[in-house]
Amino acid sequence: MEELLEILSEVKPGVDFEKETELVDSGILDSMAIIQLVARLADEYDVEITPVDLVPENFNSAEAIYALVKRLED
Amino acid sequence: MKTITDYFERAAAANPSKAAVSDESVSLTYSELMGYARSIGTKLGCCGKRKSAVALFLDKTPFCAAAMLGTAYSGNFYIVVDSKMPAERIKTMFSTVSPFAVITQPELVDTLKETGFDGDTYIIDEIIRTDVDDELLKKISTGVNDREPLYCLFTSGSTGVPKGTVVSHGNVIAYTDWFINRFDITNETVFGSQTPFYFSMSVTDLFSTLRTGAELAIIPKKFFAFPIKLIQYLNDKKVNTIYWVPSALCIVANSDLFKYAKPEYLKKVLFAGEVMPVKQLNYWISHFPDIIYANLFGPTETTDICTYYVVDRSFEDSASLPIGNACDNCSVFVLGEDGKECAAGEEGELYVRGPFVAYGYYNNPEKTKEAFVQDPLNDSYPELVYKTGDIVKYNEYGELIYCGRKDHQIKHMGYRIELGEIENAATACEGVLAAACIYNSETDRIIMIYQGKPEEKAVLDMVRKRVPEYMVPGRVIKISSMPHNSNGKIDRVLLKNTYKDN
Repeated sequence: MEELLEILSEVKPGVDFEKETELVDSGILDSMAIIQLVARLADEYDVEITPVDLVPENFNSAEAIYALVKRLED
Repeated sequence: MKTITDYFERAAAANPSKAAVSDESVSLTYSELMGYARSIGTKLGCCGKRKSAVALFLDKTPFCAAAMLGTAYSGNFYIVVDSKMPAERIKTMFSTVSPFAVITQPELVDTLKETGFDGDTYIIDEIIRTDVDDELLKKISTGVNDREPLYCLFTSGSTGVPKGTVVSHGNVIAYTDWFINRFDITNETVFGSQTPFYFSMSVTDLFSTLRTGAELAIIPKKFFAFPIKLIQYLNDKKVNTIYWVPSALCIVANSDLFKYAKPEYLKKVLFAGEVMPVKQLNYWISHFPDIIYANLFGPTETTDICTYYVVDRSFEDSASLPIGNACDNCSVFVLGEDGKECAAGEEGELYVRGPFVAYGYYNNPEKTKEAFVQDPLNDSYPELVYKTGDIVKYNEYGELIYCGRKDHQIKHMGYRIELGEIENAATACEGVLAAACIYNSETDRIIMIYQGKPEEKAVLDMVRKRVPEYMVPGRVIKISSMPHNSNGKIDRVLLKNTYKDN
């Protein structure tokens, strides 16, 4: 989780990712940030994130993103 | 029929209850859009200003389209300002065009104040409720001629101060005449609009919509991050025509999106703004061979486009797509360094003449004089042509091929090199999703930045097989995702600033 928080703050500095639960819905992560983040996750965790997983629900909080990565790693 | 609003009214009279411009939450019919636009025109027109600038500091919504038309009704011209733009940059634009009024939305009022703007400020939700003064609008319309400016569009400019290109009603009418006829735009067309209203490409889909009774369905930007939703949106709106930047088409291809969702109504896929990598185009063609694909080419200074190529044969992944031939009612020619017209195969600079060519840059006679010049092939009477700064050549089919920007052409180890050619070779490589080259003239080094699975050495080996040794980059850098600017194109300025010293 800590590693993920680090990646998140590199993609978008200055956000309290541990608290936020509406990263997408409130516009904190815009489309460009999501695209960057997805590419970083694929690289760092060596997972394949397909369009099926690319839905706002999977990116609204650090927890949701973490769950997505864990699920794809298995 | 002389102005864009005349053509719009004709389309509105024929399609009053049809959707004109819509987005995720709002859909304005032609008669609603006309009503709002005439209200805005009344408010802006009643102070007596003509041929002056009105700034539209608004999100991309159907109401912004109403404000564009409303400004035209008032006999003035608009500039659209990106709602995400910082106050400092807005200040520079305002100091060039001195708008007498700004139309904005409540959330942006504070940013507007920071710019120091002290003219009339209108909130969009309020100005659209102005009582229409038909007599005033009629009087304004009688006094207007088709050479008057419709908008001024600022190009970001990789160096220095942004330039505001002044485009007239006549430019947009001549240009959309070609576009509407060539691509058969009718009141059955539904555009899926990707490009921002402050980018020249949006002139094409917006005004060809408003002239024909078509619908412009604005695609929320976030859907490009959630591509299945993007396809759902295209299907919900029954989008049959798209005109996007290649980077947006590549998002679809790179995620192998058609394995998961398919557009059901799409008939025409048009693109412009940057080079379309053939590998990703081939992905689209392999899934949808019956769609019409066309590569459009041109600068803001020729309204949007001056040449085009409708894909009519197949291309290898490593080939480059032609930019084709001049649009109808537009002419182009290619001059070599000796000032003579180039023969087939010879590289030269592209010039454009005819009614798509804009006036020049607002309050910038110096830059205007450099780019809008007397036709070098005509010494009999005054005729201005636009010097594009693009290097092109004719291929064996008599089609133009884009070689690169004059200012991107580099001299490396004694050879004249187009960085675009190296990028082409790289994007054709298996597993490479995007590539861009930058050149550091101080160290005489070509640096290639790419996104994709293969490692740096593997990519370098693949590139080496496709280009001569002197074109092989001195350094290759893998990044996890290519940065894009607000128009959706690869952000070359950022890349250069970040990686030039690597």
